[in-house]
Amino acid sequence: MLRFLLRRILATVPVLVVVAVVVFLMLRLTPGDPAAVIAGDNATSEQIEQIRDSLGLTRPLAVQFGIWAGNLARGDLGESFFFKMPVSALIAQRLEPTIALAFTTILLAVLVSVPLGVLAAWRRGGWLDRGLMAFSTLGFSIPVFVLGYMLIWLVSLKLGWLPVQGYRRLADGFGPFIRHLILPSITLSVIYVALIARVTRAAVSEALTEDFVRTARAKGLRETRVLIRHALANAAIPIVTVIGIGIALLIGGVVVTESVYAIPGLGRLTVDAVLARDFPTIQAVILFFSVAYVLINLLIDLSYVVLDPRIRY
Amino acid sequence: MAGPLADPGLPALDAPATIWRRLSGNLSVAVAGGVLTVLAGVSLLAPVLGTIDPGLLDPVNRDLLPGASAEVLSLTGESTAHTFWMGSDSYGRDIYSRVLYGGRVSLLVGAVVATLSVAAGMAIGLVSGFVRWLDGLVMRVMDGLMAIPGILLAIALVSLWRASLLTVIVAITIPEIPRVTRLVRSLVLSIREEPYIEAALAVGTRTAPLLVRHVLPNTLAPLIVQATYIAASAILVESILSFLGVGLPTDVPTWGNIMAEGRLQFNQYPHNVFFPGVLLALTVLAVNLLGDGLRDTLDPKFNKRGVRPA
Repeated sequence: MLRFLLRRILATVPVLVVVAVVVFLMLRLTPGDPAAVIAGDNATSEQIEQIRDSLGLTRPLAVQFGIWAGNLARGDLGESFFFKMPVSALIAQRLEPTIALAFTTILLAVLVSVPLGVLAAWRRGGWLDRGLMAFSTLGFSIPVFVLGYMLIWLVSLKLGWLPVQGYRRLADGFGPFIRHLILPSITLSVIYVALIARVTRAAVSEALTEDFVRTARAKGLRETRVLIRHALANAAIPIVTVIGIGIALLIGGVVVTESVYAIPGLGRLTVDAVLARDFPTIQAVILFFSVAYVLINLLIDLSYVVLDPRIRY
Repeated sequence: MAGPLADPGLPALDAPATIWRRLSGNLSVAVAGGVLTVLAGVSLLAPVLGTIDPGLLDPVNRDLLPGASAEVLSLTGESTAHTFWMGSDSYGRDIYSRVLYGGRVSLLVGAVVATLSVAAGMAIGLVSGFVRWLDGLVMRVMDGLMAIPGILLAIALVSLWRASLLTVIVAITIPEIPRVTRLVRSLVLSIREEPYIEAALAVGTRTAPLLVRHVLPNTLAPLIVQATYIAASAILVESILSFLGVGLPTDVPTWGNIMAEGRLQFNQYPHNVFFPGVLLALTVLAVNLLGDGLRDTLDPKFNKRGVRPA
């Protein structure tokens, strides 16, 4: 068991190394002087020289990577020339809205998609099943920002039920906080619901054909208990796995959703940084999102041991 | 970008006549194929479908509502009557014309990205599946690339290269390659256990001809399905890049650019966002349906779980 945990944790190391190398090389393989690119369009020649020095840009690529990775390990992600502050502080500042949005989205998506997926599997080929599959195909196809604007138009502008855009911090009160998150979370959760519902339906359908389900029914258990305690519990691993893999979709969606709803989070920061060609910030945000994605999936893999007592490594 | 994945369990393609009969009998393939043919036809025939120059600025005709008629002054000074079926934007450009021309970009990007990423993924996957000592390294690199959310990688690459049609296409292609590579590799690993591969090896076939003649044809069915899903995802990502202002230059008519321009006065004139948005959703839906239909028809034995693991 301990060996499995250790092996799984160690397996993320090469992934993180490749991510770091890709993010590092991205800038070095760009035509032009990396120091000038990092310093930004309005930098003086002294500033460019200073960056060239501090990153060792005249030295071999491997040494440069060493310096860069060393800084990274100390939490030094560089300096944003657009926002005039350390990138790590910038990320910390923008973290709350993104975590709030991601959390409410995942919560909403799971609460909607898992029950629907179970019911669809229970009555395969029924109207709910066909409706859910159609919704799922549609959910994969409708662009996040198109859906976002349609919801703003209908719910905020026509009906006036919710604020149009913006974000309120949790510290400013729970009411306004959640009211500003409802539409963004719904928008972002659609593709996630589409994904999780499909996998739930498939996994539960498969579990329902197992002998233990027949046994459970034969001994007279109520159908809800058969569905939840026997079918769903045995379908937990693929569902939890897809929630983890779907985080990648979610991160892409966060970038778009925050732009549509004017939420000052990490996604909005990414777009601002790209528009300002602020490369230290772009690099740092990509690293941050990728590492978060890898670590969440690591945690999910480790949770299999808890979810399925049959797994013994 | 994470999205649907073709099932690696699809077998080789059957004879063309059989495939065609099955495809034309499948409802989603027929409907999606029809919709896509119309979309492609309309965007290619845009010049003769009552459009005007999609880049023509005309301040007098700005912010027209859908269906409004007005005189349009061309660059050469001629004045013609024109109906703005989908209204105009805040520069007086005709949305209908821009939407039709924008379709060209979306369809082109979808087709080219699908082709390029499948070609690259196929090459890397074949080598990885057959040259064992390279396999570990290649797959670690692919795992690492897959850990970077696709849209973010595409955004970063475009921002480094300055956007053009070529850089946008390459930037969208790169994040798609790892999943194709994985699919091809897993197919190769199962195919290489087949008796006919053993037979080919026994009679002394060298690796390159073996890959091209015996392995590659057997990877086609699942790859065609995968390519279709990639096309859908690429169309979405291109429109997202444009919409965020990091894609093709804003004067190029793309659906994302039209929406990016229209969002500024969305409260008063939602049509600038709605028309391209609906067409975009329709196009992606048609491509996804085509993928579902292909998946079901290329292998009738495939159990219709309806699941496309991400």
